[in-house]
Amino acid sequence: MKYIYDLHRIMIQEDLILVYEGEFTQEITKSVLSMTERNMESMGEESSIKRKVFNVMVECLQNICKHAEEAIEDAPNSAIFIVGKRDEEYVITSGNPIRNDKIALLSAKLDQINGLDKEGLKNLYKEIIRNTELSEKGGAGLGFVDMARKSGQKLEYDFHPVTEKTSFFSLQTRVSRMAGMEV
Amino acid sequence: MEIINLEGAEDTPKIILDKSNGIFEISGRSLPEDTAEFYRPILDWLSRYAQTPNSKTQFTFKLEYFNTASSKLILDILAKLEAIPGTTVEWYFHEDDEDMEEAGGEFSELVEVPFDFKAY
Repeated sequence: MKYIYDLHRIMIQEDLILVYEGEFTQEITKSVLSMTERNMESMGEESSIKRKVFNVMVECLQNICKHAEEAIEDAPNSAIFIVGKRDEEYVITSGNPIRNDKIALLSAKLDQINGLDKEGLKNLYKEIIRNTELSEKGGAGLGFVDMARKSGQKLEYDFHPVTEKTSFFSLQTRVSRMAGMEV
Repeated sequence: MEIINLEGAEDTPKIILDKSNGIFEISGRSLPEDTAEFYRPILDWLSRYAQTPNSKTQFTFKLEYFNTASSKLILDILAKLEAIPGTTVEWYFHEDDEDMEEAGGEFSELVEVPFDFKAY
């Protein structure tokens, strides 16, 4: 039973206020959102920060929901979602398995977003909303752009090889708790 | 015309579309599981309304939060309103919610409908 203590210790060391591992659905999304909202509420978090965290969480969770349906052979079809809270920032992290053939497109998209400043992100947002139809899964292709805009920070990401065909995609977004400190 | 009156929920907005009383309003939170499906009846209603609209249509958005998939559908609603003469949009935002204010500003740049911005 030592893993329980280890997990507990890691959560405290890393300042994690929420960890969810498993299947992602709209119902789970709503629960995770309301738990985190209540947590921020009880800590007396500023409403502008609460809104930004909520915003980034929704896009992140709905991304996982939409892409979780893609069956991946020989890889567990479950994802992880983590919210960390430090003195200076919230850290919203997701991790899910993806097929290796999707990595190139995904990293190109994220690099493009990370290469843009505030004005560039605004223009990209307008371009996508004007010219793109909702995908079959209901995505507008705006999630990452919105996460970058609302957080005012770069999206950190990583692909960890799992099998010959799959990798684990981790995405981390930070929301500053220091007013006016956004880039 | 029939009245659309949807109770809001934690992931869907409250919506009232009432031609005879001149009330057109979307408020609350919008992050439905299937955004296109959720907004389809609203867009259909607006298409029918556009055939015999009131002389003035004041459409109110008082959203606390909307996700990116909803933003696409909000633009679709605005595109319908664009074609209805005498339409104005009232865009409410919480006084410390710069993102919601900015979002309204961006929508107003994407369509040819006059926007009134109101802080609450």
